[in-house]
Amino acid sequence: MLKITGYPDRYSAEAGETLDFMVTLEEGETFDARLVRVVHGDCNPEGPGLKFTHIPSNADGSHAGKPQRIDAGSYAVVDRAPVLDEPFTFFTMLWPTLVRRDDQTIFAQWDHETDTGYHIGLGEGGFVSVTVGTETGPKTVRAPKPMVERQWYGLAVSIDPATGAVGIDQKPVRPYAHVDDRCTATLQAAPVSPAHVPFHFAGCPVGQGRYDRHFDGKIDSPILMAGRWTAADQDAVMRKVLAPEWRNRLIAKWDFSIGIDTADITDTGPYMLHGRLGNLPTRAMKGWNWTGEEHSWKLKPEHYGAIHFHHDDVYDAGWDVSVSVTLPEDIKSGPYALHVRSGESDVDATREDYISFFVVPPRDKARRGKRPKVAFLAPTCSYIAYANHAEHITARGVEILMNRMVHFGHSDLYMYEHPELGGSLYDTHADGSGVAYSSRLRPVLNFTAQYHSWLGGHGSAVYQYNADTHLFDWLEEKGIDYDVITDEDLNAHGYELIEDYEVILTGTHPEYHSTVMWDAMKDWIDRGGRLMYMGGNGWYWRVAFNDAWPGAMELRRAEDGIRPWVSEPGEYFHSFSGEYGGLWRRIGRAPNVIAGVGFIAQGFDMSSYYRRAPDADNPRAAFIFEGVDDEIIGDFGLVGGGAAGIELDCITTDLGSPPNMLRLASSEDHSAMMLLVNEEFGPVPPNLGGDQNERVRADLAFGETPAGGALFATSSIAWCGALSHNGYDNNVSRITENVLRRFMDPEPFDTGLSANTGNSQ
Amino acid sequence: MVYKITAEADRQYVEEFRAKPMGDHSPGLQRVLNIMRAYRGGDQVILIARREFADFVIGRMPPLREDPIVIEDTRTFSTREEAEWALFCRRWREHTGEDIE
Repeated sequence: MLKITGYPDRYSAEAGETLDFMVTLEEGETFDARLVRVVHGDCNPEGPGLKFTHIPSNADGSHAGKPQRIDAGSYAVVDRAPVLDEPFTFFTMLWPTLVRRDDQTIFAQWDHETDTGYHIGLGEGGFVSVTVGTETGPKTVRAPKPMVERQWYGLAVSIDPATGAVGIDQKPVRPYAHVDDRCTATLQAAPVSPAHVPFHFAGCPVGQGRYDRHFDGKIDSPILMAGRWTAADQDAVMRKVLAPEWRNRLIAKWDFSIGIDTADITDTGPYMLHGRLGNLPTRAMKGWNWTGEEHSWKLKPEHYGAIHFHHDDVYDAGWDVSVSVTLPEDIKSGPYALHVRSGESDVDATREDYISFFVVPPRDKARRGKRPKVAFLAPTCSYIAYANHAEHITARGVEILMNRMVHFGHSDLYMYEHPELGGSLYDTHADGSGVAYSSRLRPVLNFTAQYHSWLGGHGSAVYQYNADTHLFDWLEEKGIDYDVITDEDLNAHGYELIEDYEVILTGTHPEYHSTVMWDAMKDWIDRGGRLMYMGGNGWYWRVAFNDAWPGAMELRRAEDGIRPWVSEPGEYFHSFSGEYGGLWRRIGRAPNVIAGVGFIAQGFDMSSYYRRAPDADNPRAAFIFEGVDDEIIGDFGLVGGGAAGIELDCITTDLGSPPNMLRLASSEDHSAMMLLVNEEFGPVPPNLGGDQNERVRADLAFGETPAGGALFATSSIAWCGALSHNGYDNNVSRITENVLRRFMDPEPFDTGLSANTGNSQ
Repeated sequence: MVYKITAEADRQYVEEFRAKPMGDHSPGLQRVLNIMRAYRGGDQVILIARREFADFVIGRMPPLREDPIVIEDTRTFSTREEAEWALFCRRWREHTGEDIE
């Protein structure tokens, strides 16, 4: 089990800046810390082993620690709430999604210290409950019939505080034969002691600054009306323009379709009882009245009045700062970590962690000075997308996909026992809905050196960040000076941040990109940049950021692609940006347009090799194969035993691969478990595996761009795992170095075009 | 009807698996493995690394996350391959009733 972990306040910082690190210490009272440059985070004994360089800083030494916990669960709070001391009715449309959980909050004005006020909730089995505070303590009454999961209901709960009379009127939007879920109940609680505390939706304060009693499901169009009414009145009170007899009784009428791209909720009633959201519930959710006539919440917001709350939503862990580290003024750009350690690790516990971040050049160009020719674009969007990737926990059947037993290390055991860490964009919430937001403001157990993934190929089994340390190590070994730019910084600053670099190296799996990032990269390529795409399955999914929720990222798994969960129809547009989400390919920007190649196959057990192709003999590619006469390339490596593995790309001109791309080599001899991806076929063919389908291959590719730049694509996540083989003296390393050295040379590539006309010479 | 593993028909794949538990398998062995590994509810058998690349035990992950993972620490393995073989033997017995360990 993991005994110490934490997170930084951001993933990138400049020299001289101070980063805060939040650490949880599960045993003991102190821990040691030191700043390190991360060189190689793969502990596979077949490889170079762990490599870190200590950087003296004010972090050095012992620090006080304590256990810190995450208070997961989303909610909404209305701070400026009137005391409900006259008869009132709470109306809402409701779509419960996890009725096996007890004590869920729909709406409450409840003082947990005095046990006074009102709590309208959902109990185990789906029964609406009303708890009121009385002079003799809380008194609860329940609806006689349960709600059914994932069905819309109109709900009217009326309460007379003086008498304690309660009405619960629950009406399904769609009745079903033999389903008995319509009820109108008149119940007697007890005279109520109202509470002068905020209103809450979907969760309640429970003391010590914590929220609990969360609701799982959608809440749409909640209304507070003076007087006692029933569900039969709900249509009238939900109208956008209320009749005077209703308007004059209105206390609050929240419209969740207003401000979907904000952290606020809006009351359209006379008292303007606006509120704010906590822990990032899902917005741009279709409401009870969605018809399918429009799929964009921007075009028909009145159909998107629902917010989907989850008891396992998490945005910001909000932990106390454990260590503040001021980065030395002369620290070089690169990958770094705060190494925290609380003792010796053993078979039962890991007592150290590497809390990762990147040192980046000054964002202010005036202070940037002379920079290296090479930048590594740290795929922090992909790191965030995979943050605490727990499909091995939340989705069963992973073993058949991995073609071997599912691996759990100490970090995975900790993850299992701490679901409040929050899932990745691959996971589902406990109610089965997809995790559409991922935040870096929490410990991310797989964004760290030493993490051995259940997902990576047999052998090192590294994936994302730790796989990228194979490249960090090789760059150090070859003495290449480089800067690091993160995805998040590129999203914030755009093209200007990368315009001066001759070469950009990607990570092994740069899968997630925002529109700003995509545009910036395309502009850089089109103006002569030289892209070295060092992985596979890049530029696949579109994501979005939002200033109201800094550090969080949104994804909609729309329509196509390898989808561990599927967005509901009508919920394909990002709440953060209003953009249509899903595969870049379905937006008309296939990966091939950026990288020259695009995703074709995946398989997670063993990797294979490339065989030299005829284009390798093209004089345009001569510099790539200088010193490499081998027919077989990369029949070795730490990730699955070969350089071609995990996820593969190939040249497809129909999807936007430039027609001048050279296919230098292609992988072959993949196993039956390396499977064609589903966006590549219509009717399901029987020959999906690499043992039967020639399309299952990685194309090592190169092509010049019209501006004198170039694209080089390894087309395989496993490529970088082969760089260190034989003391870094191997054909994968040699090809990579040949390309990088030429790409660093500012001499334009021959385009075969007239400079003035763009026509062939 | 999903293929049913039988000792008579599938014994030919046992040695193949023991010799090479990971990697490219024959179509017949892959079919056996796919059927063995298909999740049919209940506990999911997992490999727990107490020390990466050196010390493994088998664990059982229950269907509900509220329940703890059960660690079978009465038997340890020094390689993943050993653990894969142990699990294969266990599943072979479940499917065929035959003890091959």
